[in-house]
Amino acid sequence: MVITLIVVSVCVFVAFSLIPGDPATRKLGTEATAEQVAALRAQMGLDAPLHVRYLTWITSFVKGDFGISYQTGDAVRSLLAKRIPVTFFLALIAFCMTVVIAIPVGILTAKYENSWPDRIVTVLNQIIMSVPPFFSGILLSTLFGLILRWFTPGAYVSYDTSFRAFLGYMLLPAFCVALPKAAMTIKLLRSSMIEEAGRDYTRTAYSRGNTIDGVMYGHILKNAMIPVVTFLGMALADLLAGSIVIEQLFSIPGISRTLITSISNRDYPVVMAVIMGIAATIVTVNLIVDLVYRAIDPRVSL
Amino acid sequence: MTHQEKKPLLQVTDLHIEFHDHGQPETAVEDFDLTLYEGEIVGIVGESGSGKSMSALAIAGLLSRRAMMTRRGEILFDGHNLLTCDRKTLRSYQGDEIAMIFQEPMTSLNPLLRIGPQVEECLKIHHPEIGKEERRKRALTIMEQVGLRDTETLYRMYPHELSGGMRQRIMIAAAMIAEPRILIADEPTTALDVTIQAKIVRLLRKINEVAHTSILFISHDLSLVAQLCHRVIVMKQGRIVEEGRIEEIFEHPKDVYTKELIDAIPKVAL
Repeated sequence: MVITLIVVSVCVFVAFSLIPGDPATRKLGTEATAEQVAALRAQMGLDAPLHVRYLTWITSFVKGDFGISYQTGDAVRSLLAKRIPVTFFLALIAFCMTVVIAIPVGILTAKYENSWPDRIVTVLNQIIMSVPPFFSGILLSTLFGLILRWFTPGAYVSYDTSFRAFLGYMLLPAFCVALPKAAMTIKLLRSSMIEEAGRDYTRTAYSRGNTIDGVMYGHILKNAMIPVVTFLGMALADLLAGSIVIEQLFSIPGISRTLITSISNRDYPVVMAVIMGIAATIVTVNLIVDLVYRAIDPRVSL
Repeated sequence: MTHQEKKPLLQVTDLHIEFHDHGQPETAVEDFDLTLYEGEIVGIVGESGSGKSMSALAIAGLLSRRAMMTRRGEILFDGHNLLTCDRKTLRSYQGDEIAMIFQEPMTSLNPLLRIGPQVEECLKIHHPEIGKEERRKRALTIMEQVGLRDTETLYRMYPHELSGGMRQRIMIAAAMIAEPRILIADEPTTALDVTIQAKIVRLLRKINEVAHTSILFISHDLSLVAQLCHRVIVMKQGRIVEEGRIEEIFEHPKDVYTKELIDAIPKVAL
C-alpha cells in the first residue's frame, strides 16, 4: 500500500517535471525579463536538481504540507480542504443511491427472471448504461430545473453556508453519477444471483424445505454479492476520484474542477496533491474491499 | 420380516418426465413405478442418463415446476400427490419427512455458511419451536452419530476446511437431523474414495437399522447396491427393465442389461 503510493508519487513528480512549460514564466507573463524569471525560479525552488526537489516535496508532503499554489499563493492544503468535502459528499450520496437502488432491484429482477418487469429493467439498464452522465445530467437538470422547477441549476450552496441546502443541491448531480453505476450493479447482481441459483448448494437448500425467499436471502444472496462487492469497490473509488463532467455541468466546486483549472494553469503543487489524494483514496478503498471480502468469504485469507 | 406386511410409505405410479427445451420432446423417465415400504432400502441402478437421478429428484420435489417439462403420474406420500400438491405441502415434507443427499459433497454445502447452521437448517425450518441451544445440542449429537469427531470445532468450521468424506457425513447429518422417514441418496459415494465409500455405505445401513429410515439409494454401482439394499430397480433409457429382491436379481437376472451389470462387477469384490 505504502509502496504503491511511493511509486505514484515518484511518477507524478517526474512527469510534471518533464512536462514543458515553466510555471515561473507563466506566472510572470511573457513580458518578464530573464532575470526576473530566474529569480522567481530560485524563490520557488525550481532551480534545484530533480531528486532534491522530490525529497523536499515528499518530506513536507508526508508532514502534511502540500506546498503553495503557484496560482493563488495560498497553501494547497487549505485550498483542497474546502474542495474535498464537496466531492466526498457527492461521492457518498451517489454511492448510497447506487446501493439503495441496485441491490433491491437486482434481487427482484433475479427472483422474477424473465417476467415483464425484469425485461423492462433489462432494457432500461441497457439504455442507462449507454447514456453518458453528462447527457443524463443535461436531461435531468432540464426536466427538474426548467420544467418541474424543483431545482435551480447552478445555484450551488456551499456546505458551510447551509448543509441542508448543500445536500439538496447535490441530490440531482449525485443521481446522474449514480444511475449508470446502479444499472451496472443491477445487471451484475442479477446475473450473479441467477448463476448461484443453479448451484448444488441451492438445490440442497430447497431439499431442506426452504421457501424461495429462504433460499434467495439465506443462501444465494451472500454468494452472489462477492462479485458485486468488487464492482462497488471500484465504483466507490471512481466516485471519490470525482466526476469532472458532472462537477462542471452543475458548477460544483469539487476536486475535479480544481484539478482542471490547476492543470490548465500549470499549478503543479495543487495537481500533484490532488493526484496523490486520489491515489491514496483508491488504495484505501481497495483495502476496505479486501476487508469486506474477508468478512463475507471464509475462503479468502489476507 | 417381509415387507409386504408393512404399509407402503411412498408409492410412485406411472411417473413420466418429459423435457421440452430442445424443440423435440425428450422423455427422461417413462412408466416408472416404485413402492417404498417402511424401513426398507431400495436401490435404483442404471447407467448415466437412465433416468434414475431424475426420478429421485422428482420424488424429492426438486424438479423445477417451470413449463420446460411435463410430469405425469403420481408420487403418493402421506396421502398427497407430491407432483401436484401445492408448494406449501411439498415444502412441509422436504427436509422434515423426505430428505436428500447428493453426489457432490464438495459443492452441495453453502461455502459461505458455517457447518453448524447448515446441519441445523431443517430443524430451524420445520421445528421453529425448538430453541437455539437445543438445536445446537441436537446438531452436535447427530454429527457424532454419523461418525464425526470433535464436533464442537466442526460446528464452527466452513465447508472448504473439510474433506469430501467429512462433507458427505455433514450432508447426512443435516439430512437426518429432523428424523425424516425417507432418505434419498443420489450417488452419495460416487465422488469419494473407495475406502470412504464403504464407510458411507455402512453408515447408511446403520441409519436404516437404528432409525428405521427408508432409504432410496441411487447408484450406477451394482456391487454397492448389493451390499446395502433389500430390493433393487434396474433402469435403462428412462424405463425400469427389472426389479426384485437383491438375491433374486443376482441369481436369476431376467434382463440382458441386468446380466451385463452383474458381469461388470469385478469378481474379487464379491
